[in-house]
Amino acid sequence: MTLLEKRPQPSRAWAWATPLLAVALTLVAGGLMFAALGTDPIAAIRTIFYDPLFNPLFAGYSRPQLLVKAAPLILIATGLALGFRAGIWNIGAEGQYIIGALCGAGAGLALYPLDLRLIFPLMVVAGAAGGWAWAMIPAILRTRFNTNEILTSLLLVYVAENLLASMAVGALRNPDGGGFPGSRNLSQWGSSRNVELIPDTGLHWGVVAAMIAVILAYVLLQRHLMGHHIRLAGQAPRAARFAGVNPSRLIVFCLGLSGALAGLAGIFEATGPAGQITINFNVGYGFTAIIVAFLGRLHPVGIVLAGLLMALTYIGGELASFTLGIPAAAIQAFQGMLLFFLLAVDVLTNYRIRTWKGASA
Amino acid sequence: MTDDLLTLDGLTKAYPGVVANRDVSFGIAPGEVHALLGENGAGKSTLVKMIFGLVTPDKGRMTLSGKPHAPNSPEAARAAGVGMVFQHFSLFDALDVAENVSLGMSDPPPRATLAPRIAEVSRAYGLPLEPNRTVGDLSAGERQRVEIVRALLGKPRLLIMDEPTSVLTPQEVELLFGTLRQLRSEGVAILYISHKLEEIRALCDRATILRDGEVVATCRPSQETAGRLAELMVGRKLDAPARAGRALDSLALMVRDLSLPPAHAFGTPLTNVSLRLHEGEVLGIGGVAGNGQDELLAALSGEILAPEATLFLGGRDISRLGPDARRRAGVLTGPEERLGHAAAPDMSLTENALLSVSYDPAMVKRGLIDWSATRAFAESVIARFDVRTPGPDTAARALSGGNLQKYVMGREIVQNPMVLVVNQPTWGVDAAAAAVIRQALLDLAAQGAGVIVISQDLDELMEVSDRFAGLTNGRLSSFRSTSDLSVEEIGLMLGGAHDMAPADPGLPSRKKGATA
Amino acid sequence: MDLSSISPALVVASLMVASTPLLLAALGELVVEKAGVLNLGVEGMMITGAICGFAIAVETGSPPLGFLAAMAGGAALSMVFAVLTLVLLANQVATGLALTLFGLGLSSMLGQGYVGIKPPATARLDLGPLSDLPFLGRAVFSHDWMVYVSLGLTVAIWYVLTRTRAGLTLRAVGENHDAAHALGLKVVAIRFAAIGFGGAMAGLGGAYLSLVRVPQWTEGMTAGAGWIALAIVVFASWRADRVLLGAYLFGGVTVLQLNLQAAGSALPVEYLSMSPYVITILVLVIMSARRSRATAAPASLGKPFHATA
Repeated sequence: MTLLEKRPQPSRAWAWATPLLAVALTLVAGGLMFAALGTDPIAAIRTIFYDPLFNPLFAGYSRPQLLVKAAPLILIATGLALGFRAGIWNIGAEGQYIIGALCGAGAGLALYPLDLRLIFPLMVVAGAAGGWAWAMIPAILRTRFNTNEILTSLLLVYVAENLLASMAVGALRNPDGGGFPGSRNLSQWGSSRNVELIPDTGLHWGVVAAMIAVILAYVLLQRHLMGHHIRLAGQAPRAARFAGVNPSRLIVFCLGLSGALAGLAGIFEATGPAGQITINFNVGYGFTAIIVAFLGRLHPVGIVLAGLLMALTYIGGELASFTLGIPAAAIQAFQGMLLFFLLAVDVLTNYRIRTWKGASA
Repeated sequence: MTDDLLTLDGLTKAYPGVVANRDVSFGIAPGEVHALLGENGAGKSTLVKMIFGLVTPDKGRMTLSGKPHAPNSPEAARAAGVGMVFQHFSLFDALDVAENVSLGMSDPPPRATLAPRIAEVSRAYGLPLEPNRTVGDLSAGERQRVEIVRALLGKPRLLIMDEPTSVLTPQEVELLFGTLRQLRSEGVAILYISHKLEEIRALCDRATILRDGEVVATCRPSQETAGRLAELMVGRKLDAPARAGRALDSLALMVRDLSLPPAHAFGTPLTNVSLRLHEGEVLGIGGVAGNGQDELLAALSGEILAPEATLFLGGRDISRLGPDARRRAGVLTGPEERLGHAAAPDMSLTENALLSVSYDPAMVKRGLIDWSATRAFAESVIARFDVRTPGPDTAARALSGGNLQKYVMGREIVQNPMVLVVNQPTWGVDAAAAAVIRQALLDLAAQGAGVIVISQDLDELMEVSDRFAGLTNGRLSSFRSTSDLSVEEIGLMLGGAHDMAPADPGLPSRKKGATA
Repeated sequence: MDLSSISPALVVASLMVASTPLLLAALGELVVEKAGVLNLGVEGMMITGAICGFAIAVETGSPPLGFLAAMAGGAALSMVFAVLTLVLLANQVATGLALTLFGLGLSSMLGQGYVGIKPPATARLDLGPLSDLPFLGRAVFSHDWMVYVSLGLTVAIWYVLTRTRAGLTLRAVGENHDAAHALGLKVVAIRFAAIGFGGAMAGLGGAYLSLVRVPQWTEGMTAGAGWIALAIVVFASWRADRVLLGAYLFGGVTVLQLNLQAAGSALPVEYLSMSPYVITILVLVIMSARRSRATAAPASLGKPFHATA
């Protein structure tokens, strides 16, 4: 008889090993998927995971892209992970990312074409505030009316996308753009440019913000009472009440923080890599960050590694679609598969698979 | 004995790391009430689960009326004539009585036939029930009737009752015994699981005593003393807790006219609760589960804020303070549920210590946790209360019930609070740990703290408290000194028998609202 | 804006068509949630059904085969969810999200070769003289057979849930899985069946989008319909009759805003397009603010079940 038996306490070893096991299983399953698509699986996996970093032909372009793509993922995932730990499910980071970008860009463009050093910091603050405010909608609906934040935060993504479309052709449209949708180019206006701090590394202010966020989240979770309360609320809500945790305050804190971080990711993207607000400005970082958060085991350090890995699949995926003709969507399926495998092998952390028959003692 | 209805022969069941039952053999005769006596963790539950088909034995066999009995599901057990009334009721709050009964039957008749049969059986056995009522609205006693009627409709030859009286008032217990005696006279065998010695002596014909998964004795309980039975069950003699010191005159905590709406759909509102707790005094609050105990504890701990000017600590209004602020003021609490309320199951003992000490600047300064100080605190609790655990890094869920209860109670007691409120401090705990906890509560009172013990265990309350009151439907009776209180009076303070009709038609009936 | 261009009969007719995918998916999720399982992967299963149904219908030329394939595709994906949450005890919220993310990727991968193709037409059900009735004939009795199948399923699910032993068992499992287990009900098997049914229904809803409502295949074409279906279940307080009401209400909002767009409303298109989502949120708020016991979710919803003995 095979049975799952609950471990007396969670296994630390498995907690670290499961993400690696999940990645390995995903490589196998992904290889099979690529084979089914008619691509040599070894070549596909090499193109996705090896070439962007080490193939001299591509590494020059791809390596800096790693930080560029990982920064928003890490920034958003760090915030989401805090909420997920507390059992607060913000799955609308994509919308908060969009609104952050819109607010930040709006704040900056209102002052165009002033040449002021303060404009960029102002845009960053406005971006964070925008993401925060958008996340406050599900937060307040949850605390005041007990409305499920999963559904509201997600539905607000579609609202945000429509707002983005409206802004790109309306209020934020570049008046000198000849009627084309899209804002002025923010990365070419000195006051709003999110500069690459060290040339050819991809290291822009968003990366710095992500690193700061990770460090603060680490301290919060390990050393601060708030972090303890977050974990408590997620694991045992009644025990959290007993410890004096105010659930409403926690919801506002977690949703607000994750919204602000998503908003930051949005404005750094708009002023840097994306350069402008367009109709299809958002590329799904808010959703991929959910995978990053889980793959990183909701732990700040794990999230950094997971963010880099996920960024690599983006870059490698583009490369594979360019050189091998693997459809871009395959990468999305690949990422989803990774989350499946992670959730599946996660059982080993809390349970052991026990096979025994008859009396043993 | 060859004329036994059910014989168990060498039943053994092992789980990884524990042997729940080792070589258990005994027989139950038709028309016999057979007690299965043992401490928590002695293996009673596993044994009855094997008889009821929920667990398969590793070794040994069972015979029912001469035929092998090896049910692989409750359905098979029911078909063989075994019925069971669970300790934690297997009921569905949102469904009505008829639906609940129907779900426990292997081949239920359509509702139109079932409802009258429920009414019929419940009347015949003095267990009035309305088939259309939602189970979530019923009292604990009424909920048990649903379970019993469900089992009886299967016409069992053997009825298993798992700790049936733990949720009943003394009057309800008497009425239940009437029903069981009636069943016995009809030839039904009853396997009666309990650790309450007096009721076993009053009701049961024979008793099998389990300790650490093994049968240690079989006896006729009416011919043994309660003390002897306890010794067999626990394995050694236990001393009753010693009391020292007397209540002082100065008031520690005052509750004045506290009313609260129910916290959730099936919760109980508190209505005009008032009490005065003196320094050095232990107040006992008794009552059947679900009569507002959780709500009262939550109101006193600050998990639910009380209306203004209803709670006073030494003259200070603490009604609107949250849990942390109340702890700072000197009021600590110990909730009923160890895992999930008093402690987070997956967190270590150190992390769990923080639940009730985070207000202490020695542990948390400006929001930053001093883990080594917290760990030292956890270690001090472990040492003082002899908590058996590898160390403070162990997850709470890895501890046995008794050890975890010692830890969470100890966590509050070592802080020397001015007022300590505990709910079910020894629930589901072995006798040795229970004795340690009760003694520690009395010692705390002896040092001048005011202690409130909320419990469903009347023996416990009689043992530790100076004054006693009953909590019924969210209302608190007036307090009476425990020294001159009879069981009858206690029963009435707990709201009597909740419109339960006595099984004996000779007794005056107090029933109302039963449907025909 | 020219409102006279809006024909009431056509509005009702397109309302029924617009509501059908939501109705199908929400009915499926209703059964899943009644069994105590929260599957947030409706969107992923819907879009998988959309492409499976579309591809098979195009390849075989038979819409009924397409719908069958969509059910199979949705159910297959839901089995991944079932194994993860019921056997491996993974968190239901996270697994549901993974299902949606995976389904979106998988579907656009499968749909590579099907963009811009027109699917075979789904047959109109011939209702004889009923279809010739004034107004009603055009509005209600001139639809493809799937519309009537979805209405029939609503009645069937309502009947099974409230009037049969199977429905009682399902509700018992969703209400208190520990008690159900103690009574000998097969909790895991029942939930497997419910999840599979929910997956098939979501797949069917997705195929209705790609084969009838739109009808063509585009990436991400469900555009949140799965999430709205989830919201409809909450709106409906877990009752089949109200699921029908909810689906038709949301279908109505969608059709109305599309008609306003076509009529040249003064409101910008984007604001009209976001209105179904905004209204869904508002309705959720209203429903959750006045929760009572009669409208409460199944008590075991979303909780993991692990039989210890």
